[in-house]
Amino acid sequence: MRVGVVTFPGTLDDQDAARALRLAGAEAVPLWHADHDLKGVDAVFLPGGFSYGDYLRCGAISRFAPLMTELVPAAHAGLPVLGTCNGFQILCEAHLLPGALVRNAGLHYVCRDQRIRVDNATTAWTSDFAEGQEITLPVKHGEGRYVADAETLALLESENRVVFRYSGSNPNGSLNDIAGITNEAGNVVGLMPHPEHAVEELTGAPGVDGRGFFSSIVSKLVNA
Amino acid sequence: MARVIVDVVLKPEILDPQGQAIARALPRLGFSGVSDVRQGKRFEVELEGPADDAAIAEVRKMAETLLANTVIEDFVVRVEG
Amino acid sequence: MNLDTVKRAGQTPDERMPFAELGMKQDEYDRVVAILGRRPTGSELAIYSVMWSEHCSYKSSKVHLRQFGTKAPKSEALLVGMGENAGVVDIGDGWAATFKIESHNHPSYVEPHQGAATGVGGIVRDIMSMGARPVAVMDSLRFGGLDQGDTRRVLPGVVEGISHYGNCLGLPNIGGEVVFDPCYIGNPLVNALCVGLLRKDQIKLAVAPGPGNKVILFGARTGADGIGGASVLASATFEDESQAKRPAVQVGDPFMEKLLIECCLELYQADVVVGIQDLGAAGVSCATTELAAKGTGGMDVDLNLVPLRDPTLRPEEILMSESQERMMAVVTPGDIDAFLAICAKWDVPATVIGEVTDTGRLVMTWDGEVIVDIPPGTAADEGPIYERPLHEPLGQHDLNLDTPDTLERPTDLRTTLLQLIASPNLSSREWVTSQYDRYVRGNTVLAQPADAGLLRVSEIMPGAEDTTRGIALATDGNGRYAKLDPYAGAQLALSEAYRNVAVTGATPLAVTNCLNFGSPEDPEVMWQFAEAVRGLADACKTLGVPVTGGNVSFYNQTGSAAINPTPVIGVLGVIDDVAKRVRSGFTAAGLRVVLLGATYDEFGGSEWAHVAHGHLGGLPPRVNLEAERDLATVLTEAAKSGLLEGSHDLSDGGLGIALAEACLSQGVGATVSLPGGDAFVDLFAESSARALVCLKPENFEALTDLCARLDVPCYGLGETGGDRLVVEGVLEATIAELRMSHEATLPGVFG
Repeated sequence: MRVGVVTFPGTLDDQDAARALRLAGAEAVPLWHADHDLKGVDAVFLPGGFSYGDYLRCGAISRFAPLMTELVPAAHAGLPVLGTCNGFQILCEAHLLPGALVRNAGLHYVCRDQRIRVDNATTAWTSDFAEGQEITLPVKHGEGRYVADAETLALLESENRVVFRYSGSNPNGSLNDIAGITNEAGNVVGLMPHPEHAVEELTGAPGVDGRGFFSSIVSKLVNA
Repeated sequence: MARVIVDVVLKPEILDPQGQAIARALPRLGFSGVSDVRQGKRFEVELEGPADDAAIAEVRKMAETLLANTVIEDFVVRVEG
Repeated sequence: MNLDTVKRAGQTPDERMPFAELGMKQDEYDRVVAILGRRPTGSELAIYSVMWSEHCSYKSSKVHLRQFGTKAPKSEALLVGMGENAGVVDIGDGWAATFKIESHNHPSYVEPHQGAATGVGGIVRDIMSMGARPVAVMDSLRFGGLDQGDTRRVLPGVVEGISHYGNCLGLPNIGGEVVFDPCYIGNPLVNALCVGLLRKDQIKLAVAPGPGNKVILFGARTGADGIGGASVLASATFEDESQAKRPAVQVGDPFMEKLLIECCLELYQADVVVGIQDLGAAGVSCATTELAAKGTGGMDVDLNLVPLRDPTLRPEEILMSESQERMMAVVTPGDIDAFLAICAKWDVPATVIGEVTDTGRLVMTWDGEVIVDIPPGTAADEGPIYERPLHEPLGQHDLNLDTPDTLERPTDLRTTLLQLIASPNLSSREWVTSQYDRYVRGNTVLAQPADAGLLRVSEIMPGAEDTTRGIALATDGNGRYAKLDPYAGAQLALSEAYRNVAVTGATPLAVTNCLNFGSPEDPEVMWQFAEAVRGLADACKTLGVPVTGGNVSFYNQTGSAAINPTPVIGVLGVIDDVAKRVRSGFTAAGLRVVLLGATYDEFGGSEWAHVAHGHLGGLPPRVNLEAERDLATVLTEAAKSGLLEGSHDLSDGGLGIALAEACLSQGVGATVSLPGGDAFVDLFAESSARALVCLKPENFEALTDLCARLDVPCYGLGETGGDRLVVEGVLEATIAELRMSHEATLPGVFG
């Protein structure tokens, strides 16, 4: 199975994303922001970074990249898409996911290992987790506070679309401790934490809790 | 040539920690009587032609599309001068 | 405004030139006139004044720094030594590492955020210009007292600047230091280190050979940033003028730098670069003169072609601008199209501004008129050299006689431990380091608070998949030790960085240094400098690790009060199999805890004397380089044999602090008993050449055998486990209370 990894100018975690996919047995296909070409991939990973320097707003400029004009309809048609950190911000700016990510309540960039609870284990990217399972992933961002209007929040909660919640302490002041959400169909998932930094014992965060994301998508694609 | 200003500010219901930090700092610096501060962005858009209704409408569209994220931000468009 | 051309300079020999305002002395100016055989034009004066500034020319330090060459140990690992943008070290399997540390002290005082950010940007471009991919950064920081008001302005700004710029570049920040001392209140030290990796056979140098080759300026456009900064900001003492100088501070754009990194790597990959130089202090002046001086000797440049952000800039200003995120390359005419296409792919503006010649002259034009016509070597390499007077400071002897022996020693050592672990210099650095991305690119094996940062090499660059190697890096410095004895202080800084690399299991290979001192015009400061350089050069020789490069920062003083002499030393090491790295601290319960090295009653310059008594006097701990070398051999051999489960270096605060930190690292307690007769000395003396390790009980004998073979003292202290640190018969503290004391200090001040 082939999973695209998108590189925008200023993308940083594309190498980690590709490695995590490879370790899970998928082929990582580099996708370039300026191409109108998804290269026929079976799923897409939008990794973190500071695309376009986070100028204007995080993800605001990337949203208009040629590649995104291909990705948005494909995602609406059911293509599995995972966005982490800046990728999550881009998915929100592109309205593939509701709400927005704004400056951390503490006003500082935060890099730490964070406890996270999986609240929805039915999406394309979380099926290998158990609902209620607690995992540890790194967070590293300055603008990760999830906000949405009351109506949207109520909808997300009632439809079980809050996929991840910060457990223990909330690193950025997100509403309802939201760390990640999904769209109605469950194929598009965005989260601030970084599963791609938690897939090897030797490097990155302590533990390998990030592997579940990649094994989930691989088993979904194999069984598709 | 004309200059059109777009001011973008977080919606009132969205927490603005930067504005709050500024509001907390002001009394420490001896400024009193401030009840709240909201921080925003100001864009100066230089037009090649005059700022007529059509041009203003175009700038408004720019603001909606790119300059502001209307999920969390409000904006105001005005002609300078 | 009249254009000051070479022709006009010939016609108006007596026109007064503002050399003094540009920081140039009369005799230096006379020398320029002698070189040119006429008065310099304004543009030429701009070039000479920045190139001959202390910052660019090392005119006060050169005579001392030569020892790093003359005393250098034989090293097969050294591929490129001092004098280039950064040193390069062979790390095996066809790969090389390049690393350097550089100061951005004064700019970080004036505007902490931008000063620190552009410090990171500058050192990263130095590493890029060697042909390498920058792979990690570290920062060695010194601030005024934690309780002093200005520290609350400077520290958060500096940390945010490093955090924003470095994080945006995607470079993991894997270590460094944060130290507080009132001596740095008006002169914070921001020393940024960057390490890069490259194929051993693809080293790039700052040369411009081949007449007819084109000179390309690429990256950001040129603005008014830091005009005069190189000679004014970076080398003149400033008192209360920081407000007035604010406009001169350069502003960084990390997004452009990130594009430049990827663009440069693709340019190197395509092999379309003959020579390359980053633009740092002295901008176009420095890049053109240095490239030309090291090439075929000549270059023609049309300054009108330099892309400007501010179209009103005059040629003198273009020459002195320190606008960030710019590079200069020399490219053959046949490769120009390929070069420009790669730049376009990355949205990096690139412009041909000149051509290499064999005339031996650097010639620049503006509006068709010649405004610069100089032999480039005279600006780049033949600047003034001073043998400044020096003498031991008055009072040095009294300072050394004022030993800590008479200070009252505590009886309640639990209170002392909790007090020390919460003190400004020993408390948790988490408030700072949690603002740095240590994970990006997924090759970080160890990062702060580990003693050294450690990176896996295999996945960093295409083609490296087969190597199992890792590189380790540590920086250290102790201004209090160096104040008491600069010769020993520099050696102790090297010893500690060397030891910090070794505790990870890596073998120390090479050294970089950032020498932060007061004014070289003060003979007492100059003595401190000379002693520190002599000490460092001697110690490098004994330890077999060559100095590969570095940076001197003088004029770190306000009025007549200089900072403590602060040589900051960075050591790079290699571990053959990165999977055999030793983790930091106590990693599991049921392990034996072992102290390596000998402890003496040594408290001069110690954290205990500082925290408990506000005392600085006597002599620093004894330097024992042979013991350091043997300890490092034990640590690396033991790691290679897989004997160790965890380790931690002993330094500031001694064994007590090391034990507490080892417990805190994974939340694993320990019960130990002390080897000596005096619990206070055992716990808090700062003797060098010591480390703490933990290992499975069945490996204990193998370790003691290894220690016996190398004559390294080795004491079994006890065992890991439980939720507290117990020093039998002396003190007991739960991990929770240690953590509370350790972690509350910085948030208590900075929020």
